[in-house]
Order: sequence, then structure tokens, then C-alpha cells
Amino acid sequence: MIEILFYILSTLTIGSAVLTILSKNPIHSAIWLVVSFFSIAGHYILLNAQFLGMVHIMVYSGAIMILMLFTIMLMNLNVTNEIQKPFVTKIVATISFCLVGVLLLSIAMRANQSFELNYAQTGEDFQSVHVLGKILLDEYVVPFEMVAILLLLSMIGAVLISKKDKKVA
Amino acid sequence: MDNTILIEKSVIILVVFAITMLMAMYMTLAERKIAAWIQDRIGPNRAGKGGILQPLADGLKLFAKEEYAPDTPNKFLFVLGPTISMTIALITSAVLPWGDKLHLFGRDIILQSADINVGLLYIFAVLSVSVYGIMIGGWASNNKYSLMSAMRAASQMISYEIAMGLSIIALLLMTQTLSLREIALQQNGMNWNIFYQPLGFLIFWICSFAETNRNPFDLAECEQELIGGYHTEYSSMRMGFFLFAEYASMFVSSAILSILYLGAYNYPGMDWAVENWGVNIANVIGMLVLFIKICFFIFVYMWVRWTLPRFRYDQLMNLGWKKLIPLALFNILVTAVVILLLK
Repeated sequence: MIEILFYILSTLTIGSAVLTILSKNPIHSAIWLVVSFFSIAGHYILLNAQFLGMVHIMVYSGAIMILMLFTIMLMNLNVTNEIQKPFVTKIVATISFCLVGVLLLSIAMRANQSFELNYAQTGEDFQSVHVLGKILLDEYVVPFEMVAILLLLSMIGAVLISKKDKKVA
Repeated sequence: MDNTILIEKSVIILVVFAITMLMAMYMTLAERKIAAWIQDRIGPNRAGKGGILQPLADGLKLFAKEEYAPDTPNKFLFVLGPTISMTIALITSAVLPWGDKLHLFGRDIILQSADINVGLLYIFAVLSVSVYGIMIGGWASNNKYSLMSAMRAASQMISYEIAMGLSIIALLLMTQTLSLREIALQQNGMNWNIFYQPLGFLIFWICSFAETNRNPFDLAECEQELIGGYHTEYSSMRMGFFLFAEYASMFVSSAILSILYLGAYNYPGMDWAVENWGVNIANVIGMLVLFIKICFFIFVYMWVRWTLPRFRYDQLMNLGWKKLIPLALFNILVTAVVILLLK
């Protein structure tokens, strides 16, 4: 039962991710991206990580809405011709993507080990919000705060950039 | 999983679905009747006794109308819009507790479709995607007024969702749980959250108006500026779905408000009723009480609609970003300090 669900969800995830890249229309891309994020949330729920699944829908699927807004506001949708990138850019993009892929894969493999070593043996329900919150604000409090500061900085940066300079204008 | 629990949950899901639909149907009549009452008219009174069959007549009319689609390259998305709106409006009710429990056929039946640990987050996740129906429908209509309306709905949603989430965080600091069933159980007696979180309740309430696209926040369907807004190009039952989804989400958001802040199904003397009249009768009364609370909120939605004028768009954004969000942050700060002092 769960295996069938897994295969359906995986097909949906990969299929919609591929369609995100292949769609000519940016709005269609955004909608496929939403479908992809939803099926990833399905994977989380399948792994019994309810909190992660819900937050994923809230943060990612909700945020695509903003992406769609910007697409409509900033891009001229009537012009469908694609911008041709130079050959060097394409090569560099491919290489950096591969490097990121290797990085993510190695992180995932290491994470799996520590999960089995540290948490599986304690017998605690480590998917629950209580345990997650305690671990985040106790064991991993420094990285957690770092991420928070990073997000705050990017927000302040966005406000600063979008603010009009009164002297010039 | 044994079969009994499967049957039990299916029945609950069906009943909740039926009640939501029936309520949404009769809310259209209630809206017209209340509008008539406020404007000193009689209102619809031809179909059935006192207009009681009016929703059925309206539904039949919508079904019988011609299904017309504009010349758009996105036919599929055009149909998808109202579908998403309706689905999202209905699935929110999956985690709402409608009562504590009933004791039937020798087993306790918990009156809730799914008691998940992250019920509150589930509601927020659903709310954050609820505007996609309007957005996709408005965009696929290939009409500039629809597109403007969709943009308005989306940016309004983004602005008000933040204040709503922040007001909920203050509530979470108090309840210490994300499960709606536990939040409902904690409010037993007169221990309702509204007495501890009056400011949070007010912010949440205002934001629910914005989330359900109701007046004074219904700039997305502002007739004077945008014809009919996102449903300009829709006809027949597709438009009916958009309208119906609005009423269904009004019902659900009233239910959320009553469950989170107004003590859910709890009423004064519930413990006494459980002891003296038994679990079943006490909980049936509890369900009725929850229903009365929901009807109260629905009435206020309609009352506000026929009393207040619409906001201007910049006023709406100012209220969201410059008043509600700082207020909600202040509320979190005060709640956190008080909790720390009481410890």
C-alpha cells in the first residue's frame, strides 16, 4: 500500500518537476512547481514527518504565489521568445548544478547515518513538534539562530533595495 | 486498521461534508434575508414558504444556464480555478473537532475526521494555498479585469496571512499544542481563549474577513472598478462554484474562530451535564452550542457586509502591514512576558 503510494508520488514529483523546466509559459511553470512541492509534502507525510510536510506546503507552495505575482507584474507575457544564453554560461550552470547535486547527496547520506545512530535508538517520537522544537533550540540553537539572522538580513536587504532614493527621484 | 474505525470516519466525513454544503446553501438565503432586513425590505419570499426553497431554485438556475468559456489558450486552467477554490474550502474542515465524543454501540466515537498533531498548521497550510483558485481562474480568464482582481486577491492574502499567523503564535504560546482537539479540551468550563487573548482574537477575526474575501476586504470583486472581478468570465455552475466556495469558507472560518477562541463545543456546566445526563446528551448540546457560535460569526460577516463600505486599496494594505502586524507582534511580546512572569 505505502509502496504504491510512494511510486505514485515519486512519478508525480519528477514528472511535474520536469514539466516545470519544459513549460514555455512562466505561469505554467509556476503551477507545475506548486504540484511538485505538494507531492514532496506528500513524501514527508509518508515518512510520518507531519510537521515538516505542513510547513513545506505553507512556506513553499504558498510562496510560489509570490513568484507568480512577480511573473505577471514584471514580465511581458505576450513576448514568448526565449533569451539565448551564451555557451559558457550553459556549461558553468551545468557544472555548478552537478556540484550542488553531489553536495546534497552527501549531506543526505550523512544525515541518514546520524539519524540511525542517535535518534532511532532513544525510542522517542522525534517527529513530534515538541521534540523537534527542543532539539532545534537546544542542540542546534547556533545554526538555527544563524539561519534566522540570514533570513532577517535578506529581508532588510530587499526592503533597502526596493526603497526609492528620495534625492535622486 | 479495523473496519469499524474506517466506517466511523467515513460517516463523520460525509456528515461534515453534507452540513458544510447545506450551510453554504442556506447562507446564500440568509445573506439576502439579512440584507433585506437591514435595508428595510422583505427579501426573497416567492419560492416555498418565506423563500425557504430559494437556494434550490438558485442552484437549479445555475445548472440550467449555458456553460460559456471565453476564448482563452488556457481552457484547462480556466476550469481548474473554481475546482481548486471549492476543494480548498472543503478540505479545511478535516481537522476541526465538532464535539468531544459520543458513546454509541459500546465504543467512544471522537467527533473529528482526523486528529493530527499539527492541526493548526494544517489549517494554515490550506489557507496559504486557498487563493490559488482565484489566482489561476482570474489569470486564465484572459481578461484584464479578472487579472487585476486576481492580483488584488493574492497580494491581500499575502499581507493578511502574516498578521493571522502572528496572532496564532501568541495563542500557541498559551496552549502549548498544535492539536485542535487538545485546544478545544483545554477550554473546558469558561476557560475560553478569548478572555486571555482578546487582542489576538480581534486580529484573527479581522484577518478572517480578508481571508474569505468578504466586505470590507472584497476588493477582488469590486463591481464598480472591476465588473465582477475574477468571476467576470465565468458562467453557469463554474461561477456558482466560486460563489459557493466563498460561503463554504465563511462557514469553515467561523468554525475555526469558534474553536480557537470561543471555547469550541464547551459551554458553562458541561461537566455537570456529562455527570447527570450522560456523555451523549451533553455532547449533542455541545455540538448545538458550537453551531450557535458558528451562526453568530456568520451573522456578523453578513451584518458587516451590509453596514460598512469597502476600503480603498491603499488603506487595506496600510491596515495590514502598518497596523495589524505590529499589533500582532506586540501581542506576542506581551503574552510571552506574562507567561514568563507567571511561571
